[in-house]
Amino acid sequence: MEVSVTVNGERRSADVEPRTLLVHFLRETLGLTGTNVGCDTSSCGACTIHVNGESAKSCTMFAVQADGAEITTIEGLASEDGELHPMQQAFMDCHGLQCGYCTPGMVMAATSLVAENPGGLDEAGVREGLEGNLCRCTGYHNIVKAVLSVGGAA
Amino acid sequence: MTAVEDPITTTAIGTPMKRREDPKLLAGEGKYVDDIHVVGQLWMGMVRSPLAHARITSIDTSAAEAAEGVHSVLTGPQLQEMGLWLAPLPCAWPVTEDMVNPPHYPTAIDEVHHVGEIVAVVLADSRYGAADAAEQVIVDYEPLDAVASIAAARDGSATAHSEHETNKAFHWPLVPDPDALEAAFANPAHHVKANFVQQRLIPAAMEPRGVLAVPSPMGGDVTLYSATQVPHILKVMIAATTGIPESKIRVVAPAVGGGFGAKLNINPDEILAVTLANRLGRAVRWTESRSEAAFSTHQGRGQLQTIELAADADGKLQGVRVHIDADMGAYMMLITPGVPLLGSFLYTGVYDVPAFGFTCDGYFTNLTPTDAYRGAGRPEASYAIERAMDILAAQVGIGPDEIRRRNYLAGGEYFENLEVPSTLVFDSGHYGPNLDRALELADYDGLRAEQARRRAAGESKQLGIGMVTYVEICGLAPSRALGGLSYGAGGWEHATVRLLPTGKAEVVSGSTPHGQGHETTWSQIVADKLGIPPEDVTVLHSDTAISPLGLDTYGSRSLAVGGVAIAAACDKVVEKAKQIAAHQMEASADDLEFAGGMFSVSGSPDQAMPIQAIAFGAFTAHNLPDGMEPNLQEQVTFDPTNFVFPFGTHVCAVEIDEDTGAVELLSYVAVDDCGNQINPMIVEGQVHGGIVQGVAQALFEEACYDEDGNLTNPSMMDYLVPSAADVPSMVTDYTVTPSTSNPLGVKGAGEAGTISSAAAVMNAVVDALSPYGVVDMDMPATPQRVWRTINEAKGGQA
Ligand code: FES
Ligand code: FES
Repeated sequence: MEVSVTVNGERRSADVEPRTLLVHFLRETLGLTGTNVGCDTSSCGACTIHVNGESAKSCTMFAVQADGAEITTIEGLASEDGELHPMQQAFMDCHGLQCGYCTPGMVMAATSLVAENPGGLDEAGVREGLEGNLCRCTGYHNIVKAVLSVGGAA
Repeated sequence: MTAVEDPITTTAIGTPMKRREDPKLLAGEGKYVDDIHVVGQLWMGMVRSPLAHARITSIDTSAAEAAEGVHSVLTGPQLQEMGLWLAPLPCAWPVTEDMVNPPHYPTAIDEVHHVGEIVAVVLADSRYGAADAAEQVIVDYEPLDAVASIAAARDGSATAHSEHETNKAFHWPLVPDPDALEAAFANPAHHVKANFVQQRLIPAAMEPRGVLAVPSPMGGDVTLYSATQVPHILKVMIAATTGIPESKIRVVAPAVGGGFGAKLNINPDEILAVTLANRLGRAVRWTESRSEAAFSTHQGRGQLQTIELAADADGKLQGVRVHIDADMGAYMMLITPGVPLLGSFLYTGVYDVPAFGFTCDGYFTNLTPTDAYRGAGRPEASYAIERAMDILAAQVGIGPDEIRRRNYLAGGEYFENLEVPSTLVFDSGHYGPNLDRALELADYDGLRAEQARRRAAGESKQLGIGMVTYVEICGLAPSRALGGLSYGAGGWEHATVRLLPTGKAEVVSGSTPHGQGHETTWSQIVADKLGIPPEDVTVLHSDTAISPLGLDTYGSRSLAVGGVAIAAACDKVVEKAKQIAAHQMEASADDLEFAGGMFSVSGSPDQAMPIQAIAFGAFTAHNLPDGMEPNLQEQVTFDPTNFVFPFGTHVCAVEIDEDTGAVELLSYVAVDDCGNQINPMIVEGQVHGGIVQGVAQALFEEACYDEDGNLTNPSMMDYLVPSAADVPSMVTDYTVTPSTSNPLGVKGAGEAGTISSAAAVMNAVVDALSPYGVVDMDMPATPQRVWRTINEAKGGQA
């Protein structure tokens, strides 16, 4: 089946098997390997992207379900000239990543969490908001710090 | 000679430098194995046994073979017949001469010994095609009795391997002075005997393991990309197992998404991918799914421990006696039997214990093999002694802080090179001030006051306070010491440092990062040593074609062995550069000073040369001392003479809701001492992550098996890796007691958090429940288990 999406501002189409997961479509058909796969039960959040402006686990959707959607992946977050998005920069400044495998999903989840909470977040809000994204390396301490530095309540 | 410039003063060591690894990883440009694709690749799908113990009676591959896009389907016997390997998968640690080690081939031949063991492989054109075809292979089994626990293994009415008479794999004793031990336990004022269960854990690095083997048909070479911590060891072992000459094998560990010991092995899939790619002349790839990982990657822990303490009336230890039964799982993998031994030396912890004895029996079960998992044997040891110390404190009637103070080595004062009863020599320690700092940061007195208040008020949410002072043995290791323990390899590490013609440095390291930030840390060391900016340092690693010598990353060894090798290679570069500088400045080398990257003649500061100019001079070789070889490149293989022994005190508080049994970790304070630090930011990150992995064992995680040997919670839906919502922020601080084992004075930090936190949390849980007379509880302290314990203690209405 033909699937057309706008990914990181660019229109991309391809013919895929109907059962192709969106994450495999992004990674293997379109070659956008920044989005990772960490589980097979929608538990880990490594595959988190933005679909039509909202965060979504791309392993829980078929590519065909995303037909016509606007998608942002981690590759599309930094500005054109390569300047990191404030959330990416915060992860770097706060040492919010080690192996980096959870990081693309974590950053994508964190940017939408902050966007959904314009009034600002407290620590509990960040921790609960990122419950669907697992990290085995950092113990979350510095991830929470990074997210609060961008989207914490004043 | 170049004009004199102000020397650059670099003080990179000790600063929390941001990681150079991060921009790429943050942009999604990290290339993990599953991100790498080559034209013509075949996807491997595994047909796995659904039974824990069974004889294979027939395999029907016809439907799978007929499926579209399937290249071939190969059963265990067919693979064996193809002669792809010469020997079974290696166990590098035969702990005793008579250790039982059943052959472990990449696939089962006629009998399966754990759920998930491979019985056939499928090669297909696509990921989905391989998975589909694997499901179409029909295997008939004749079930055999399964050994699904250590207790069942001990009982022995069934054996995990039909050809064995018992399940026992080995007996390993470490009893330096049996008479002294017996005397200590003859009539002690206090005798504590406790049994602890180290439940099996699934390591669950966020990146699943995966392989991609790419042959180069002309040369007969093969490149294996593997999500591994140990490309160098893997290369040697592939050669030994398959007979492919070492020089024809290249192993690359690209970006690796966490390891924690789970990527420290020689796995069936690695051997299958290499040999099939080699034989077929096509690239072969495979990535485990998360649910498959519970069978395709080894697990951790799996021990039953009995620890006894003998103490005098004041609680001063006189002896420690330990026995453990360790679950090997179905097979001996790379260091399976050695894991409990790594812990054996630490059952006396940080304490002055006159007499010590340890014995371990290893048992086979029909479960996924066990092997190293963060801490490997040492979290288990630390747990046993630190839980037992709390039980002793309660018996003696003193606080957990006091029992520790009374027993610290050297009375809690500074010591160095101190021999302990387990026969090791601890490099350095200073436990008293470390405890003081942790208690202060945790507001220990305030916590106790709040605990007393809640108890007096009979509140339903009770407070528990737990502490641990741990020591760990790491920086693996002196090769001789490893040899003495029958380990099959050495413990050295290699480094090459080159100063290139342009004045930039290139470092080749044999240690292999998978999240630890080696590139940043190594650049800090080199920058300081050579007096050049850290950004001028390139770090090369994790590819056996670029870094041919190395022993990789595990056991918190990278800095204490590999980092020290780099520093020493830098010293050699500076030494050679000094000879060149002296020659070119027509001065005596003895009169030259080196600071901030500049060689200058003492007493005449305007006569000076930067090291970059020397590098160019070493490259052109126009004007070198007679007989000197061109170029500035030095190598060092560092083999330490002792381990390193980091230590620390962790204090935490938990709140237990008596009505629901829910345990909330309220606060966690860690004061660690890993000697000198190169990058404190990275150290802190290691501590955080380590702590949460130990908390996970204490409160959340357990690989649960039914009596037939089926894992009931293989997926991440059922196996509870904690999320951000399950843990608090932590408070960390440090004391600094430099190691005497290496010239940098560094210890290790990768495993420390995990070695301490499970015991700290369980000490707090038991402390909260102590008013009910609870003295122990098994991990994980789930709400159900806590609730049941409270109700049983209250009068058995559970
Ligand atoms: S891969 Fe999508 S949630 Fe784990
Ligand atoms: S940084 Fe490794 S899993 Fe999060």
